[in-house]
Amino acid sequence: MGQLTVSIRPEQRAKIQKVKEISGENVGLCMQCGTCSAVCPMVDSMNMTTRKAMHLLQYGLTDDVIDSKLAPLCASCHTCSVRCPRGIDVAKVFEAVRLLVSRQNIDTINLQEIAKGTLEKAPQIAFVSGFRKLTA
Amino acid sequence: MITDIKLSYYPGCTLKTKARNLEEAALGALTALGIEYQELERWNCCGAVFSLADDDLIHHLAPVRNLIRAAQQGSDTIVTLCSQCYNVLSRANQLVREDETKRKTLNDFMTEEPDYNGEVEVTHLLQLLRDRVGWETLRSKVKRPLDGLKVATFYGCTLIRPESVAINGPSPEIFEEFLRALGAEPVPFSAAQECCGSYQSVANPDAASDRAAKVLRSVQASGADALVLSCPLCEYNLGTRQGEILERIEDAVPIPSFYFTQLLAVALGLEPELCHLELNGEAALKLLKAREYIAAAPA
Repeated sequence: MGQLTVSIRPEQRAKIQKVKEISGENVGLCMQCGTCSAVCPMVDSMNMTTRKAMHLLQYGLTDDVIDSKLAPLCASCHTCSVRCPRGIDVAKVFEAVRLLVSRQNIDTINLQEIAKGTLEKAPQIAFVSGFRKLTA
Repeated sequence: MITDIKLSYYPGCTLKTKARNLEEAALGALTALGIEYQELERWNCCGAVFSLADDDLIHHLAPVRNLIRAAQQGSDTIVTLCSQCYNVLSRANQLVREDETKRKTLNDFMTEEPDYNGEVEVTHLLQLLRDRVGWETLRSKVKRPLDGLKVATFYGCTLIRPESVAINGPSPEIFEEFLRALGAEPVPFSAAQECCGSYQSVANPDAASDRAAKVLRSVQASGADALVLSCPLCEYNLGTRQGEILERIEDAVPIPSFYFTQLLAVALGLEPELCHLELNGEAALKLLKAREYIAAAPA
């Protein structure tokens, strides 16, 4: 039987390690069942499914996941985390992806771009949680 | 009178302003039920979301400081009304209790505070009502049963996930049991434990509206008269923003939404002013008056 070998570049290995370090989760455990995508409440608004993102993260392709803008759309509802048959806390993995961006001092939401109506009507809790998740 | 616990009440960022209807109804009900509490002194915002990063400790300081304030007040229990506050305080407490290294780092960092080792219990008002009052006692104190009111109980995310802090752990139907005690009829609906769109209503309002529309469609299909919830963010997404969200739904009918504490106060026969129904939108007040749960204003 022939074997398929996938080589992972050292810089990708470093990225796999980084996600592990921040999230405390091992994305290598993912078996690509897609449960996380099936239960994700935000999946319809995402350009990439969580299943695919997990697969890319297994190869350290974090930039592709960042470019997909999937992580900022995660609402941290934890449904994927409680349903994952491999016991991966998926919400923590995507928190790590968000942090890879915000720790470079990059904001994903900008106060100036929020609609006036939202600023007037939204409760404090919406701003606190939104800024906590999506700003540096 | 419940005096076997020393109880601190933690308001959180929104309850003194946009969610006064969540707070004042609850505090009136606590008094009516003979539950003594002290509002936490020098409380600070809990952070609204629990930090999920393993290497991030600084964001746990805010919730832990509140727990320290409760201990300083001589309390053994801290009660929250908001689902997110409940989630953040509970998880921070769990972290302090279970992770010795992180506990030590947090305590060493807060040189100005006494050490905290997880002495305080975090509870949500629904749990307090179940465990300290009991559904039968609550039922006996109801003066205006909400007979015939079909209610969709929205758990959302932070009351029940992750499992380690789920308020419905030993009783999966805690919210439904509460409503039955008030005389209402809980109606099952498929989106009861789904996300309302959360903070996406600030970051990606369109995506949040799509999400909220799915929840509201499910409530509508259940035949419920009203939606009941426990989180100011859920109320914003499903209540305050409902008008614009219903535009996305065919044959949409407005669904009045209430905080659970408002229905509690109404059923206990407290002054309707405590409920600040003006913050819920017209449909809410209209429903309660039409069903004569509260007296109609004199013409």
